[in-house]
Amino acid sequence: MNIEEFIKHIEAEFDDLKPGILKADSNFREAFEWNSINALILIAMVKTEYDVTLTADDLIKSKTVSDIYTLIETRKS
Amino acid sequence: MAQFSLPGIKISGLAAAVPSHKEFTADYKWIAVKERESLIKNIGVESRRVATKGTTTSDLCVEAAGKLLDDLHWDRSEVELLIFVSQSRDYLVPTTACIVQDRLGLPHSCVAMDIGLGCSGYVYGLSVAGSMMQSGTIKKALLMVGDISTLTTCYRDKSTYPLFGDVGTVTALEYDINAPKIHFNLQTDGSGYKALIIQDGGARNVMSRESFNIKKVGPGIYRSHLHLELDGIEVFNFTLREVVPNIKKLLAGTGESLAAINYVVFHQANRLINETLRKMLKLEVEKVPYSIREFGNTSGASVPLTMIVSLKEQLESGKQKLLLSAFGVGLSWGSAIIETDRICIPDLIEVA
Repeated sequence: MNIEEFIKHIEAEFDDLKPGILKADSNFREAFEWNSINALILIAMVKTEYDVTLTADDLIKSKTVSDIYTLIETRKS
Repeated sequence: MAQFSLPGIKISGLAAAVPSHKEFTADYKWIAVKERESLIKNIGVESRRVATKGTTTSDLCVEAAGKLLDDLHWDRSEVELLIFVSQSRDYLVPTTACIVQDRLGLPHSCVAMDIGLGCSGYVYGLSVAGSMMQSGTIKKALLMVGDISTLTTCYRDKSTYPLFGDVGTVTALEYDINAPKIHFNLQTDGSGYKALIIQDGGARNVMSRESFNIKKVGPGIYRSHLHLELDGIEVFNFTLREVVPNIKKLLAGTGESLAAINYVVFHQANRLINETLRKMLKLEVEKVPYSIREFGNTSGASVPLTMIVSLKEQLESGKQKLLLSAFGVGLSWGSAIIETDRICIPDLIEVA
């Protein structure tokens, strides 16, 4: 797994997100409209693709795309 | 481990009654149009049925039962077990099932009781009714499962109001020594009881003047302690953690395989949860029926409602093997494998 692939998975889930805009250091709350439904979409994608569970607390503590990616990496290993 | 099999229980009939009044997510003015569209697309609810004030869950169940008993040509004096599974009872006291026994004209030799479960209620209700019928002396039973959830959701709470719909269902069960076994795997984790809760009005927090105060909880979320609270992410993660292992254990314990199952009927939690479960189990789209688009999340009744509105023809015409899986408030969850053979299913009943 790598972060480019993770970004591609996010882009696939959010229609409003034009490919290429989201970067590793992007603040995900600003990159796409952040609400509870989008939080669930992100959690569902991470569970399906990486079999990792993100909690509400994880999302609150994360700021950038790479913050979430690091969480997934740590929990996968 | 609450994994067990019950022989001799035949599902003879299934019926549901819904309020005729429809509400559409597209008209839910509390949130912006774009958010409504996202709700429809991801949560999957386009419309819901909403009961008029004063209509109870048992009213809907009694309508459905009356029609089903007629269609089955059952003699009411033979029905000796009535179980009412609901979290929206007629009164705090007495038990709703007692009132329904009389309204339906069931005999005094009838066992009648309520079970206070929500989302997981259908699978639990089946297991209790099936267990009570094991001796073979109770030949016919009615299992009612339903909720009027819209009574306790706050219009200004976008996390609950546009999700839930009302319905009452009834399942007719018969003791039949030739019926294939029903297999169950039932589980509980009460540490998550706060994930879906109505805080006040029970004995823990007696209703007070403060119970009615509506407070802001988050963006787009206002409610009082008499309204239903739903912690979406908590319930979502619980479901993704527990449901697939529960199903896999049931399959392993019974030697069944998903390939031999015709349909997997999930509790209609929300489209995103159910689609994630479907992908985790690698199930084809055709194998997983839905009712959430037209009826919303209908609590414990969502499994039988989905069977009625999405699988009526298949269930009426021949043999089917189904896996039922229901999960939520409690936290309580379970799955069952049932084999059906020509179930009597009257058309969906609408109640004014």
